[in-house]
Amino acid sequence: MSTPAEKPDRFDLAIVGAGPAGLVAAITAADAGIRVALIDAAEQAGGQYYRHGRADEQPGAEVRLHHDWERFVQLRAQLEAHRRRGAVDYLPEHAVFAVDPVDGGFHVHALAGERARSGRTVSAASLLLATGAADRQLPFPGWTMPGVVTAGGAQALLKGSRVAAGQRVVVAGAGPFLLAVADGLLTSGVEVVAVVEAGDPRRYLRDPAGLLAAGMKTSEAAMYAARLARRRVPYLTRRAVVAAHGEHRVDAVTVARIDDQWRVRPSTERRLECDLLAVGYGFAARAELAVELGCDVDLTSDGALAVRVDDDQRTSIPTVFAVGELTGIGGVDLALVEGEIAGAAVAAALGHRVQVAPRRLAQLRRRRNRLRRFAATLASVHQVRDGWIDWIADDTLVCRCEEVAYSRICEAADQLGAADARAVKLFARPGMGWCQGQICGQATAAITAKLQDRDVTRSDLLGMARRPLAQPVPLEVLASFAPDHADGG
Amino acid sequence: MPDSSFEIVVDGDPVTCVAGQSLAAAMIAAGRPSWRTTRKAHAERGLFCGIGVCFDCLVTVNGVRSVRACLSAAQPGDVVVSGSGSDVVDAG
Repeated sequence: MSTPAEKPDRFDLAIVGAGPAGLVAAITAADAGIRVALIDAAEQAGGQYYRHGRADEQPGAEVRLHHDWERFVQLRAQLEAHRRRGAVDYLPEHAVFAVDPVDGGFHVHALAGERARSGRTVSAASLLLATGAADRQLPFPGWTMPGVVTAGGAQALLKGSRVAAGQRVVVAGAGPFLLAVADGLLTSGVEVVAVVEAGDPRRYLRDPAGLLAAGMKTSEAAMYAARLARRRVPYLTRRAVVAAHGEHRVDAVTVARIDDQWRVRPSTERRLECDLLAVGYGFAARAELAVELGCDVDLTSDGALAVRVDDDQRTSIPTVFAVGELTGIGGVDLALVEGEIAGAAVAAALGHRVQVAPRRLAQLRRRRNRLRRFAATLASVHQVRDGWIDWIADDTLVCRCEEVAYSRICEAADQLGAADARAVKLFARPGMGWCQGQICGQATAAITAKLQDRDVTRSDLLGMARRPLAQPVPLEVLASFAPDHADGG
Repeated sequence: MPDSSFEIVVDGDPVTCVAGQSLAAAMIAAGRPSWRTTRKAHAERGLFCGIGVCFDCLVTVNGVRSVRACLSAAQPGDVVVSGSGSDVVDAG
């Protein structure tokens, strides 16, 4: 293991993220003879979708909690085979905090281990970003109290540690992911009081034929919906949790009917008792490394940033590729397709013989287009509407880390003359805390835009997403890195 | 107690863990929904995002500060101290 002070390891390709997309890309590239470094922050490969605990725990439970677990087992075996023959260096528990372009490639800097205070640098000619996404959050009164967790967080706790974060849960937000979360909790013995969905997806859930047309073999969402219905779990659509209540922990939530702009319909508020609220409004890509490198990004129809890629999954920087949720939220099937296309493209670009047949590549491209169209349809059904801003009170925190309330953001946008979200960030500090805007960035941008009677722009989101360091790094670790320019590179 | 379980200490109290669980999972399973307070309002925080992006769940473990409890697997004998995320905490 090299320290940053020594000469960094040299690879053809460094992949950041070992979720479905990164895994397939690593395997496909290694199949073609590429020397790959697969760098991932988690202890186990699989990302969020295939998140699991240690192998020796309760075998069989993985199958119960995961959809298509067999596919991951196969990917893991392929990775292990490549690792054993030295084709892939797999670096788990390495959180990449910065990537420096240098002559001939990149220096990828990572923190080694959550508790460790040491760093590691990997050098590679090409870079593939597969950093995935995090739940999108909307602030609401009470959202910062213990017992309120993200939908992804409830899922991660369950899949990774076999712990349910409560005994009576309300699952709320928007998107088919809520059904997966509710199903997982239900399977684990938690009472699911209700699933509260802001959109109206019953149209497509009642149309399995439509889903089949998208090329999906099974409709995962419809399966979860059927299982929940069998167990009589209420699936409340066109509704939202507009407040959480409790003292040291949540003990109830207020659910209200919302109109098509997500404003509360008067007199429809109902109280549901629970000790856990799992909430998520879709996903937002973790794009900070791509943004910092200067890759072109687009503002998507669901109000987030996505890295722009060409047919080969290449970004606007020729030696940087991007795959999976990073290029647009599209789920695991799309991630697997994009990973394979990118792995083949990197191999071809480096002059290696690609093991993926041209016919299969053509199939993969068609499948990608189909899945992207399907993802876009799905996104429109669950699209966030800015009426949610009416749910919040003056003292509702928008930025959890810096404890910035809505009133303070209004002050910055109205009175202090902040022109855009970045200026609001400078004046009122949302996005300046530990998470650097990953949680509050979209909400701050939306609030700023609404106060200024305009739409959210890409510039708003970039202002909240720019992060020279993708993770907080202890000073002692930064100090141990030799500056790249001192190498003459 | 099954073979794969062990104990850690959280604020002086023993907490039983199963191998592979994160510190956050162990604390939540032991009935602690929060283990940190914020700088300004001293509001209680525990697990929120569960995947290491929100930094709400910070604890001090074996003297190492600002460890994300949701990402850190519990190890036998771990000494965990709760507190404010940006305090200087004596882990004694």
